[in-house]
Amino acid sequence: MGSIVVDVMLKPEILDPQGQAVGGALPRLGFDGFTDVRQGKRFVLTVDGDVTDEHLTAAREAAETLLSNPVIEDVVSVRVLDGSEEGAEDGAEDGADGKGESEDGEQ
Amino acid sequence: MRIGVVTFPGSLDDRDAARAVRECGGEAVALWHGDADLKGVDAVILPGGFSYGDYLRCGAIARFAPVMDALVPAAKGGLPVLGICNGFQVLTESHLLPGALIRNDHRKFNCVDQRLVVENASTAWTSDFEAGQEITIVLKNGEGGYVADERTLDELEGEGRVVFRYVTDAEGRNPNGSYRDIAGITNERGNVVGLMPHPEHAVEAGYGPSLDGRGFFTSIITQTLESAANA
Repeated sequence: MGSIVVDVMLKPEILDPQGQAVGGALPRLGFDGFTDVRQGKRFVLTVDGDVTDEHLTAAREAAETLLSNPVIEDVVSVRVLDGSEEGAEDGAEDGADGKGESEDGEQ
Repeated sequence: MRIGVVTFPGSLDDRDAARAVRECGGEAVALWHGDADLKGVDAVILPGGFSYGDYLRCGAIARFAPVMDALVPAAKGGLPVLGICNGFQVLTESHLLPGALIRNDHRKFNCVDQRLVVENASTAWTSDFEAGQEITIVLKNGEGGYVADERTLDELEGEGRVVFRYVTDAEGRNPNGSYRDIAGITNERGNVVGLMPHPEHAVEAGYGPSLDGRGFFTSIITQTLESAANA
């Protein structure tokens, strides 16, 4: 069973009131070092068996048609979720520890 | 004069829209999101509410409902369509109207009596108004900020396709951060109109801030009766 990750972000020039609200709450918890927060969406599309090129092509198409609105959003990435990352994400669900690791290597 | 009102899962104002149609002398026809059938209506209203819980993006999932498979080509062919609030969001997601609606810049849900200027009184839904006329109807939304790129905004303004503009407050602000104070727009042909405020809540004495909403429904009814008489 494989999975494809689709990341969608609001275009940089579009106002992100949700990100602003989160950004406004951070200093209240003592996180003073962040100058801006932008909030996006992550979709995990799961398939039977391994992810094929056809799956990826379909995922890209779905990302452009339904998962994002090209007027206000960019599809940042469409990629196969690899096994080690999956493990890391499971770990993150059990406790907060693995979290930073699973997010490494993004961008 | 039969005006269809579409009900999606999560539509709220479908009954009010149907009532407004009847109050203004038309026949309201209930259309169901799951039917790819417009029942031969003369015009369609996409009502306000929270179709599919506003999940993903407002209007994004409703856009792919079976009824939209029938509505989109019909609208492109000239069928008059009015999208109110969530209905406007569905129209932008369907690309029947340009731009998009995003969360209000102040992040609060609005519920106010809102003054608007009618800028285009030649669309299918605004012909009973005068250009420049000011009307007051209800505005109630959390994601009513109209956005589009500069080129699209210039095009809309240049072609007279901004149908309604918000009257701004003392500080020059509109109620949701909409670019260029745009409250409603139309397509090139003038048959598809979308706006965030709610005309269907201003059609009966004793309810709502005015009777200004009646003009939307009388416009379409008058036009359809006239075109039927000339046919």
